[in-house]
Amino acid sequence: MAEGGAHSPLEQFEIKGLFPARDHGDIGMLDFTNSSLMMVTTLVLISAFLILGMRRGALVPGRMQSLAEMSYEFIAGLISDTVGAEGRRYFPIVFTLFMFVLFGNLLGMLPYSFTFTSHIIVTFALAMIVFTGVTVLAIAKHGMHFFSFFVPPGAPIAMWPLLIPIEVISYLSRPISLSVRLFANMLAGHTLLKVIAGFIGLLGVFGILPFALVVALTGLEILIAFLQAYVFAILTCLYINDALHLH
Amino acid sequence: MPQLDPAVWPTQLFWLALTFIALYLVVWRVALPRIADVLEARQRKLDDDLKKATALKEEAEIILAEYEKMRADAQASAHQELQATHDALKQEAARETQVLADKLSAQTDEAEARIAAAKTAALASLEGTVSEVVVAATEKLIGVKAGGEEVARVVGDVMGSKR
Repeated sequence: MAEGGAHSPLEQFEIKGLFPARDHGDIGMLDFTNSSLMMVTTLVLISAFLILGMRRGALVPGRMQSLAEMSYEFIAGLISDTVGAEGRRYFPIVFTLFMFVLFGNLLGMLPYSFTFTSHIIVTFALAMIVFTGVTVLAIAKHGMHFFSFFVPPGAPIAMWPLLIPIEVISYLSRPISLSVRLFANMLAGHTLLKVIAGFIGLLGVFGILPFALVVALTGLEILIAFLQAYVFAILTCLYINDALHLH
Repeated sequence: MPQLDPAVWPTQLFWLALTFIALYLVVWRVALPRIADVLEARQRKLDDDLKKATALKEEAEIILAEYEKMRADAQASAHQELQATHDALKQEAARETQVLADKLSAQTDEAEARIAAAKTAALASLEGTVSEVVVAATEKLIGVKAGGEEVARVVGDVMGSKR
């Protein structure tokens, strides 16, 4: 934690090479960084959560098994609500995205850890997976008819020159809004926590006030961690639904 | 802002791709089928148990219906038997009453016959006595010794007429 105002609240977002230990700036592509560590931890934790939780496969589930089943049924319900029965095929990718973002957000809430979802390049890459996947799916399913997606149904032809560019831009901005939403939420939350935490030491006895605020905001950030993973998953489902049904 | 430094992008993209693809494979190939199996097995078990419970319920209803039928049959046959016994007893009572009545009327007839005979005998002996009284009275009063046969005839006539 920052002692006084000496450190920038953005310092927590620095990428630091661990193996080999390097400052940022000359970090190679294959370097194992603090970000890589959290990604691998996320992978291991989710795998353990799902596989060890379901190890016994009991008819009457225990605590971990209930949680694993709950996450399964949560995403299954999300897909059947937004896409319907044909959305079953895309269950693994939506589930993976949800769990990856959720665990990434939650692990970032641990002190001294790193939030890889607070990096725009990561969220943008995840959003591009969704965007390209959905676009390929739509073209594969509808062929050239896919481009009718950019014409609002029932719009008079005179309006097309105006509407089509708007629709195209709105479609192309999907990965940007999807990635920036998650990135900005994480960035703002963690920065805010850091800034307010910086006041604790400065105010002496009255540091209790920012301390209480940090505690409350930590609760809020955990909520946001869930919420943003949920938003990411539900938007993915809506995009899949658009790709399958166009309008 | 460290996020906007393109120098740290390649490593993040590389590790993201590595971990995300690995996670996707684990989720797709291992975790989700396992959860789906368990949920399906549970659903099947629930359906089976429900089906079994329904079958048992139907069986119980059949048994209940059989029991009700048997009970109704038993009640009907008991009622019938009761009625038959009642009728038989009534008949028996009527028969015995008839026998008794017959016997009583026979005895009455016999008694009446005996009374009539006794009366006849009494009257006959009375005639004899009256004739003797008449003969004795006639002799005592008027000194005429009346003939027995005539007195008897007259007495007989008088008494016969009164009879």
